[in-house]
Amino acid sequence: MVQVTIDDASNTAIAGTAHESHGNTPPRDSLLAVQKLKKSYGDIEVLHGIDFALRRGEVHAILGENGAGKSTLVKCLAGFEARNEGQLYVNTKQEFSGADSGAGSSTIADNAVSAQLITAKDWTHAAAEAAGVVLIHQEFNLAEQLSVAENIFLGSELRGRGLASLFLDKKQMIDLSRDYLATLHCTIDPATLVSSLSVADKQMVEIAKTLAKDARVLILDEPTAVLTQKESAALFELIDRLRGRGVGIIFISHKLEEIERIADRITVIRDGDLVGCYPAATLSKDDMARLMVGRELSSLYPKVPAPHESASVALSVHGLHVAGASAPESFELRRGEILAFSGLVGSGRTALFETLVGLRPARSGSESKIFVQGNEVRLTQFADARANGIAYLTKDRKGSGLLLNKGLRENFSLFALAQFAGVLIDTRAEQSAFDKAVDTFDIRMRDTGVVAGNLSGGNQQKLLLAKMLETEPDIVIVDEPTRGIDIGTKSQIYHFLAELAAAGKALVILSSDMSEVIGMAHRVAVMHQGNIAGVLSGNEITEHEIMRYATGLKAAAA
Amino acid sequence: MTKVDFKTAGPFIALIALFILGIFVNDAFLSAGNVSNILARSSFIGIVAIGATFVITTGGIDLSVGSMAAFISGCMILLMNALMAKIDSFVTIIFLAIVASAAIGALAGMINGLLTTKAKIEAFIVTLGTMGIYRSLVTYMADGGTLSLNFTLGDVYSEVYYGTLLGLPYPVWVFLAVAIIGYVLLNMTVFGRHCFAVGSNESVAHYSAINVDRVKTATYILQGLCVSIATIIYVPRLGSASGQTGILWELEAIAAVIIGGTMLKGGYGRIGGTVVGALILTLIGNILNLTDAVSNYLNGAVQGVIVIVAVYLQRGAWRAKN
Repeated sequence: MVQVTIDDASNTAIAGTAHESHGNTPPRDSLLAVQKLKKSYGDIEVLHGIDFALRRGEVHAILGENGAGKSTLVKCLAGFEARNEGQLYVNTKQEFSGADSGAGSSTIADNAVSAQLITAKDWTHAAAEAAGVVLIHQEFNLAEQLSVAENIFLGSELRGRGLASLFLDKKQMIDLSRDYLATLHCTIDPATLVSSLSVADKQMVEIAKTLAKDARVLILDEPTAVLTQKESAALFELIDRLRGRGVGIIFISHKLEEIERIADRITVIRDGDLVGCYPAATLSKDDMARLMVGRELSSLYPKVPAPHESASVALSVHGLHVAGASAPESFELRRGEILAFSGLVGSGRTALFETLVGLRPARSGSESKIFVQGNEVRLTQFADARANGIAYLTKDRKGSGLLLNKGLRENFSLFALAQFAGVLIDTRAEQSAFDKAVDTFDIRMRDTGVVAGNLSGGNQQKLLLAKMLETEPDIVIVDEPTRGIDIGTKSQIYHFLAELAAAGKALVILSSDMSEVIGMAHRVAVMHQGNIAGVLSGNEITEHEIMRYATGLKAAAA
Repeated sequence: MTKVDFKTAGPFIALIALFILGIFVNDAFLSAGNVSNILARSSFIGIVAIGATFVITTGGIDLSVGSMAAFISGCMILLMNALMAKIDSFVTIIFLAIVASAAIGALAGMINGLLTTKAKIEAFIVTLGTMGIYRSLVTYMADGGTLSLNFTLGDVYSEVYYGTLLGLPYPVWVFLAVAIIGYVLLNMTVFGRHCFAVGSNESVAHYSAINVDRVKTATYILQGLCVSIATIIYVPRLGSASGQTGILWELEAIAAVIIGGTMLKGGYGRIGGTVVGALILTLIGNILNLTDAVSNYLNGAVQGVIVIVAVYLQRGAWRAKN
C-alpha cells in the first residue's frame, strides 16, 4: 500500500529510474522520518499514508498543488498537528559540535544512533522544538514591539549570575544575537525594534531564532513568497551554509525554479497521496509540474486575441495624482484588452489603482478626470467604483480579501449583497448564486460548512474572484492574482481572466510575476517609483525591456 | 447526530437551570406577580443590551449608556415640568418628552460614533469620557440632589410602566418588540451583515465597498436610541432622576451581551442570547431576594461569577471545535 504508484503513463519513466523506496525502517542517516502517516480532520482524511525522510545536510523540497496536503504534512512533522496513524522517527541523539563557535565551522557529529520512535501524543510542538525541529510559518511569529535580541531569546531569556539572576543579562543576549546574525551574514543591529525591519530582515530574525534554539531540522513554508528576487538569493545562500553545517531543511515553494536551484531531493504529493521521492537532479521543471498536477498541462497562458482597433475605450484616466507620487498619471484601457502593470515591488502599482477606485484618498488638492465607458465619473469611495462597473481584487486575500472566520456564502455575497436584498436579504437567492459560483469557479472545500480560512490559498483566490465578479463588472482589476498559488490553480485563474477579456470586459493585471505579465498581457505598463516609466505592446514585451523600465535604466520617451 | 452547540444553547440551559432553582428556593417564585416583575425589571437592561449587541458585534464598546440614561431622564423631567406651565394636555407633554428623549439619545450616540470614527479615538476612551460628562451633567442639573417629575403628571405617565396588556406590563412588550426588531436587523438585513463584516475585519469590509465609518456610527446611534427607549419606560417607574440613576447599567448591559454568547472582540453577535443574558442577570437578583441562603448583598458577586463561567464555557467549546 505504501508502494508508490504513478498511474500516469507519462510518468513511469521517471518513476522507474529515479524513485527511491525505503524499507520498514528509516535510513540511519535520517534526522526526521515518517512512515504511512495519515491525518484526518473530523471524518475527512487529508493525508493517506505518506512516507517521508529527511537526511542531515540536505534540502528536501515538498512539492504539490494547493490543498495537496503540504502544509498539513509539515505541521504534523513539527508537532503542530497530531497525526492519526503512522510512525514518526526522530534522531535526537545527534549533536551539534560547537554550535556557538560561529560560522561554518560547526557540523553535526557523526556518531549517528538509530532513530527513536515517538508516539503521536508525545510529539507536541514543544517536544519537536526540544528535539530541534523548527517550523517557520508563512506569517512570522515575532513580537513587533520588542527588539531583535529580545525576540531571538523570547521564552529562553538569559539571566545574570548570583544576585543578578533576578535580572536579564541583556548584554550577553545582544552579543550572542550579533553572533547568530553574523553567522547568517546579516548586519541587523540586535537592538533595533522588529517593527522597523523589512520583511526579509524579519525572516532573518526568525532564522536566527532557530540558531538560538540549536535547530537541526528547519522547515520553511513558502519562505520566498514575500521576498524580492535579491532577498531570495540571499536566503538561498544562507540555506546553502546551513546545509553545509548538517542542518536538514524542508522547503516548500510554488516556484519551480527555486526548487531546481536549491533542492537535493524532492517529495511530490498529490491530493494527500505520496507520488514519489526523487533526486532533484533527475527532474526537469516540466517533470515537476507534471508529477504535481498528474496530467499534462495545456498551455499555461491562454491566448486572447488583442481587441480590434475599433473597440471602445472602457476606462480613461487623466491626471490621477497618487499621494506620495511625484507626478499625476494618465492611461486608457479598451474593452477586451488585458493591460498589465509591471514593475519592482514597491513601484506603486497597488497605490495607483487603490487610489483610482476610491480605496485611498488621492493627493490632496489634485484634480483628476476619470471616464468610464465614455462618461465622466467621480470615484470618491469604493462603492462608487462598484456602481460604475469596476471591481478590484486585493492582493492581500487573507488580510483584506476574505473574512477568514466567516462562512463561504457570507464571504461570497459581501461585495454584491445589495443584489440579494430588498428590505431583507433573500438567503435563498444568495445560496443559489453561491452554489452556481462554486461550480463556475471550481471552488473545492472539505464541506460547505467550513470557514474561508480553512480553504487552501488557491481556493481562497477563486472565492475572492467569485465574490468580486458577482456584480458582473465591465472593468476588472486584479492585484497579484496568482501569488502563492500552485500551477494547476494558476492555469485555471488565467483561463477565467482570459474568458472575461474574450467576453469584452476590460482587464488590468497588477503583477510582479514576469512570466505572467508576458504571457497574458496585450500591453504592459511598467512602473518605476510611483509613475509609469513606459508602455510596451506586441513584440516589445520582453523581460529585458520590462526590466530596463522597471529599474529606471530607460524612461518614457518624452 | 448534531452535537449540542454550547455557544447557542448554553445561555438557554443556564436560564432554565436558574428557573428551576428559583422554583425550589421559594414558592412565591412562580407567582404571577413575581414572574411579571422579573420580566419588567429585565426590560431596562435588556433593551440597552440589545443596542450594545450591535456596538460590540461591530467591534466597538459603549461605556456611556448608564450615564446617558441618567442624563436623558433628567432632560425629560426638566422638559415635562417646564411644559406643564404651557400645555394643558398631559398626553401631549409626555409625547413631546418622548420625542425629545429619542432625539437626545440618537444625538448622544452619534457623538460617540463620530468621535470614534472621524476623530479616530478608541471607543473605550471616547465613551469613558462621555460617561463622565453625562453623569456630571445630570448631577449639575439636579444641583447635586434629585430631579422630581411633577406629581399629577407622574400619575398619568406611570401607566406606561405599571399598565398591562394581556396580563404583561407594557415594558415587557416594548422589550419584546425591540428584541424582534433587533433580531431582524442584525440577522436578516444588509446592515446586519455589514456589522458582522466590520467586526470581523475592518479591512475586508473596506475592500468590499462597505462604508465602515457609517456602519460603526449607526451602531452607536442605535445604542443611543435603545437607551432612550429604556429611559422612556424607566422614568415613570421612579418619577425622578439624580446622579445615582442608571449607575452600572453599562456593565450590566455588557454582561448580558457577553453571557448571551456575543464575542467582545467583535464579528459574532446574538440578539436571542442577549435577551436571555438580561433575564439571567435579573433572575439571580430575584432568587437571592427570595432566599436566606445567600445574602442579597452578594448579588454582584454571583453575577460576576456567572459572567466568568459563561465566557469560560464558550471559549472551551470554541477551542474544542477547532
